[in-house]
Amino acid sequence: MKTVSFDTLVIGGGASGMAAALAVAEEGWKVAIVEREESLGGILHQCIHNGFGLHYFKEELSGPEYAERFSEMVESSNISVYLNMTIMDIVKEGDGLTAFGLSMDPGMVRFKVRTVVFANGCRERNRGNIGIPGTRPSGVFTAGLAQRLVNLEGLVPGKECVIVGSGDIGLIMARRMSWIGAHVKAVVEIQPNPAGLTRNIVQCLNDFDIPLYLSHVVGNIKGKDRVEGVDVIPLENGIQQRDKMFSIDCDTLLLAVGLVPDNELARKIGVALNQETGGPVVDSTLMTGIEGVFACGNLLHVHDLVDFVTEESFRCGTFVSGFLKGKRPEKQYKTNPGKNVKYIVPNHYERIRENRFYMRTLIVKNNALLSVKVKGTEIYSKKLRHIQPSEMIQFSLTEEDFKLIKEEGPMEVSIE
Amino acid sequence: MKKELICIACPLGCRLTARWLNEETIDITGNKCPRGEEYGKEEVIDPKRVVTATVRLKSTSIKRLPVMTKGTVPKDKIAELLNRLYTIELSAPVLRGEVVMDMPDEGVQVLSSRTVRR
Ligand SMILES: Cc1cc2nc3c(=O)[nH]c(=O)nc-3n(C[C@H](O)[C@H](O)[C@H](O)COP(=O)(O)OP(=O)(O)OC[C@H]3O[C@@H](n4cnc5c(N)ncnc54)[C@H](O)[C@@H]3O)c2cc1C
Ligand code: SF4
Repeated sequence: MKTVSFDTLVIGGGASGMAAALAVAEEGWKVAIVEREESLGGILHQCIHNGFGLHYFKEELSGPEYAERFSEMVESSNISVYLNMTIMDIVKEGDGLTAFGLSMDPGMVRFKVRTVVFANGCRERNRGNIGIPGTRPSGVFTAGLAQRLVNLEGLVPGKECVIVGSGDIGLIMARRMSWIGAHVKAVVEIQPNPAGLTRNIVQCLNDFDIPLYLSHVVGNIKGKDRVEGVDVIPLENGIQQRDKMFSIDCDTLLLAVGLVPDNELARKIGVALNQETGGPVVDSTLMTGIEGVFACGNLLHVHDLVDFVTEESFRCGTFVSGFLKGKRPEKQYKTNPGKNVKYIVPNHYERIRENRFYMRTLIVKNNALLSVKVKGTEIYSKKLRHIQPSEMIQFSLTEEDFKLIKEEGPMEVSIE
Repeated sequence: MKKELICIACPLGCRLTARWLNEETIDITGNKCPRGEEYGKEEVIDPKRVVTATVRLKSTSIKRLPVMTKGTVPKDKIAELLNRLYTIELSAPVLRGEVVMDMPDEGVQVLSSRTVRR
């Protein structure tokens, strides 16, 4: 088996892996990216729609354009890129880590490294995860798989389609299917509010007169070999109203029912996971519970904007470089989700520098107020014009903010 | 005549109503700020969209080339635009930003959004 040595191994060559690797390499460290697909870019390749890069490039790019701009930066750096290779396992060995990459050519490679960055993204929840009863005919796809088939393979998954889930991926696919000539008959959403951006409701559903059934579930899938239709059931106060059930004929069902960090590998080496995000618990430097192992991007928590993935991952790379220089965090305290907050990342903070946070709320509201308290003392607050669970909220605390702390301790973030 | 709209100029998503006072004059209500009025008027007089699609590509690495219109396109031209895109076939190499289709009469250009070398 071939053995290679690097300061940092980045697992995954999507938006997060590329940004993290660039930041580490910029400081002069020897970095490798291992990517299991044949090119860098990850999920961005199949996201051919516009809406990427508004924050970072101040331009509205498509996913492939965003990916290409970053892979060009990687190409002109001295990062070693291993394509068509999957990291199968990682073990702790002495002071460092050993990872095993598998590919057709050159076969198995052993990476002896000082630090690892998990940047291997997320996967889609499927029918099993949400438990839709009925037969098991063909024609049921997760939305991301359908997006891949349409946009990368040029295939048409079906002619008459129903979509479950009104998040942005479901909405984008509603428009995509319509533009390739399919008839999207309905989007069915269990929640009383649409999960996706208003812009996508308008341009992906209303433009095509696609009905959106809020507070409805797909109760049953019909059909023997191929999907023939679904039963849709309204909910009232969370209870299924079976007497009001109706059927929609279709040959295709797309499931856009959420993403979860692909944490298999992280779990294998014993990284502790956060219940709410599904990603690793990290300290204020985005380091997991295992020394030298970091996490960023959709593997850490599912992002809706690639620009935030990039920002977080650059920062992660800077922390990795600091670690390699021997820097260790000062005293850290926990960051706890308070009222109306689903989660906050990172799970710890330190007082000595600017800390940046990403979080999600549990509620939909206009003119909300975010408040950060340490042991009962408010150290920061921010007005938010509009919040909803599907839109990530970000804020930063500076050294000045931390000076307001009266008694040190965990910080609680709440929204009213 | 009137039409209900949702403003997408910011995340608040105000519900707008557009009323035709006469042939030329449109009145927008429901907007919380001036941007809503501007959005509402354009949306009823001349709605425009960015269109993304893929076209057939002769290449050894990928099968479909992702493409995007340069700027926005009048909504009522989208069907024709897509139909024309679906009939063309390109060959690698293609550069990102290269014009893959031109509809000069409509002022519409479609650009490649990926570089494919071979
Ligand atoms: C369908 C969809 C639509 C989106 N639409 C938008 C949008 O309109 N605007 C926007 O700003 N953002 C959008 N996003 C969000 C944003 O694009 C993503 O969050 C971002 O690109 C994720 O980057 P990532 O690097 O974390 O993950 P990924 O891009 O998933 O990268 C992970 C990489 O790791 C590789 N990998 C996994 N396991 C291994 C292993 N064991 N060994 C080696 N390699 C491995 C994978 O092949 C993959 O390339 C969308 C996301 C999705 C899923
Ligand atoms: S009208 Fe103004 S405040 Fe309302 S959604 Fe449009 S831009 Fe936002």
